[in-house]
Amino acid sequence: MLILQCPCCGVEAEETEFAGGGQAHLTRETVGASEENFEAYLFMRENPKGVHFERWRHANGCGKWFHAARCTVTLEVFGTYSAQTTRPPNEICDKITARRPGWSLKDWGSGKFA
Amino acid sequence: MSDAISALDGARSEGSAVVEELGLRGMITLRGDLSSKTVAAAVKNLTGLNLPQQRMCNSRAAYGVAWMSPDELLVMIPYGEAEAATAKIAGALAKEHALVVNVSDARAVFAIRGAGAREVLAKLAPVDLSKERFEPGQFRRTRLAQVPAAFWLRDPDRFELICFRSVAQYVFDLLKTSAAPGAEVGFL
Repeated sequence: MLILQCPCCGVEAEETEFAGGGQAHLTRETVGASEENFEAYLFMRENPKGVHFERWRHANGCGKWFHAARCTVTLEVFGTYSAQTTRPPNEICDKITARRPGWSLKDWGSGKFA
Repeated sequence: MSDAISALDGARSEGSAVVEELGLRGMITLRGDLSSKTVAAAVKNLTGLNLPQQRMCNSRAAYGVAWMSPDELLVMIPYGEAEAATAKIAGALAKEHALVVNVSDARAVFAIRGAGAREVLAKLAPVDLSKERFEPGQFRRTRLAQVPAAFWLRDPDRFELICFRSVAQYVFDLLKTSAAPGAEVGFL
C-alpha cells in the first residue's frame, strides 16, 4: 500500500484516501496538433518497471491534485510535489537518484525530458 | 415554512463511546484567499474566532471555523443564523474573489464522546488517532469506511464529525457498530 503526503494540506495518508489520476506530465495537445501527437496524448502511456511520475488527487481530503514520484516495483514513494509544474522539480529528481543510483530523468517518458 | 429537522432527528447509541446525532447546525462553505484580511475580518465579525491554522478547527460555544483546504473554510454557527450570516459574509466579500454558500441542509453532525471515542473512529478512518498525533483542535478530512467525512477533537474525549446528510444513517450505523460493547481493541 502506498503512503502519500499531500503537498497541499500536509496530511500523510494511505492510498485509500486518494484517487489515482494516471501518468503525470502529459503534454496536452489541442487544435492544430499533428495526428501522431494527438494520438499519443490521448492513448499512449508509459508503463515503466521502476521510477514513475503520477497524478493523484486527495479525494477524501482537501480535494487538491498533486504529483507523486514512486517506484512501480517496490511501491516506494520518492516524494510528492505541486501539480502546478510541467516537469519534476530537481529536488525530487535528486531524491530518486539517491535511492536509484544511475537513474536519470532522461530515461523516463520516452525521452520527453531528454 | 415547514420545520426543518436533522437527518436522524437526534439518534443516539451507547457503547464503548456515546454516539449522538447533534441535530441541525448552520454551516457555511467559504472559498477564497485565506491570507486576505477581509476574509479574516468577515469570519471574526460573525463568529468571534480567528482563522484556524492549517488542519485545525477553532471553536467557541456554538461557533466554529474549520480549515478545509488551502482555499476553503467551514464556518459553523447556530442553524437559525445561517442564511443571514451567509448574506452578511457574501456582502463583506463582494469585492474579493470568493464563494460563500449555505450548506447547512446538506450535512449531518455527530458527536462521539467517552473514553473509547478515539478507538471508535480509528477503526473506521485511515488516520493515526493516538494521543500524541491527534490533539484537541485538530481537524481532519478523510473517509469513514466508504464515505467522505471530517472530524475534529473538540475536547480531549469528544470528537465532532460531519458527513453528507444523504449518508447520515450509514455513518451512524458504522459508528454504532464500531462502538458496540465487546468490540473494544484496547490499543488507543
